[in-house]
Amino acid sequence: MDWEVGTVIETSTQTPTARSLTLDVPSWPGNIAGQHIDLRLTAEDGYTAVRSYSLASSGPDSRLELAVDKLPTGEVSPYLVDVALPGDQLELRGPLGGWFVWRPEEPGSVQPVAVQLIAGGSGIVPLMAMIRSHAVSASLAPFRLLYSVRTPDDVFYAEELARLEKESDLLAVTYVYTRRTPPGWPVPAGRITDSALESAAFPATDAPAVFVCGPTGFVENLATRLVALGHDPADVKTERFGGA
Amino acid sequence: MGIVSRAFSGRSREHDPNLPPGQYLTEDFPVLSAGPTPEVDTADWEFTIRSESGQVHRWSWDELHALPIDDVGTDIHCVTRWSKLGTSWRGVSLDTLFADVDTSFEYVMAHSYGGYTTNVPLDDLLDGKAWIAFEFDGEGLEPEHGGPARLLVPHLYFWKSAKWIRGLVMMEDDDPGFWEQNGYHIYGDPWLEQRYW
Repeated sequence: MDWEVGTVIETSTQTPTARSLTLDVPSWPGNIAGQHIDLRLTAEDGYTAVRSYSLASSGPDSRLELAVDKLPTGEVSPYLVDVALPGDQLELRGPLGGWFVWRPEEPGSVQPVAVQLIAGGSGIVPLMAMIRSHAVSASLAPFRLLYSVRTPDDVFYAEELARLEKESDLLAVTYVYTRRTPPGWPVPAGRITDSALESAAFPATDAPAVFVCGPTGFVENLATRLVALGHDPADVKTERFGGA
Repeated sequence: MGIVSRAFSGRSREHDPNLPPGQYLTEDFPVLSAGPTPEVDTADWEFTIRSESGQVHRWSWDELHALPIDDVGTDIHCVTRWSKLGTSWRGVSLDTLFADVDTSFEYVMAHSYGGYTTNVPLDDLLDGKAWIAFEFDGEGLEPEHGGPARLLVPHLYFWKSAKWIRGLVMMEDDDPGFWEQNGYHIYGDPWLEQRYW
């Protein structure tokens, strides 16, 4: 697999520590929602650093979107969040990963499988690709997103999620705030409780396809609790963000 | 050399000769797995090796611990680009476990509790290159890192070191396991950067 060249077209602030970048990659073969890329930075002396990033976009388009949260001790993420500008060229390779993916069902499928998405922080990114893919497809699969963030300021794609939820009867979004809630929020800030999980997520009896993405501790915790609630482990796909 | 990234300097250039190409050092122990962590009670745990004759060699948790146990100091390299140098493990060598296994097949499929699989050539499991490991850093292996026991094949990318190991099945051909069907390389040598198809 060769390295391809992408040009930064646009950047957009997502949270105080994160932004999204739209890249144009003329040679891009297209990708499935949930896949990721390897991105390579090269210094003047030839030194390189490579990290993996999930894509927030999918489909045949040559424009890709990443959304990157800055890790303070990171080597690549601070560059993508603070330095890269429209017009800059970046090298990347992909699409990668064939497991943590969602495809719309074939037209005429008898019973589309419900999809439960659970995101912690920047773990929303590959799930956003699935939500967007769903929105532009003819899929009749009901989607629910349970999205855990520290504060209201830490929500990625806040406006787009609100719009997509409003436009579609098939999408429901529930937020959980772990440090600070919006004013007047009915429950205090805290981790995802069992009652939140049971009221906001599809029950195991619906046999949803479940995608959990976020930091390791978050994913470990949620995946274990989903299995305890009766979800078949084979239906629970996980992706963990770690490293720098 | 690739396209130079404007205003990118990167970290220090101190190169560690033990670091394979494209890897960076970490002091943490990150986790990569495809689904929930299975809960495996050592009272029910067993490890098996099945050869083409259908013969099954079987060890309980206590039987495994009654075998000679190696202290293993090794570097580990994850395909997601972190490497951890000088890790310490304890476990039973696959040489010990294969001592009475009669097979002419050259490939092995590792099977885990929870359904994970990964393929490894038999040669890569013998001659002091692989273990069934149940201790990391002086402690029992945590479930999220593959406890109660995992395969340890540290000269290959770490997805080959199957967590929650349950058994090995001899194969005539090098059929792909789970990640090998989902985009990762059939063999996975970190020094050759065999990451993807």
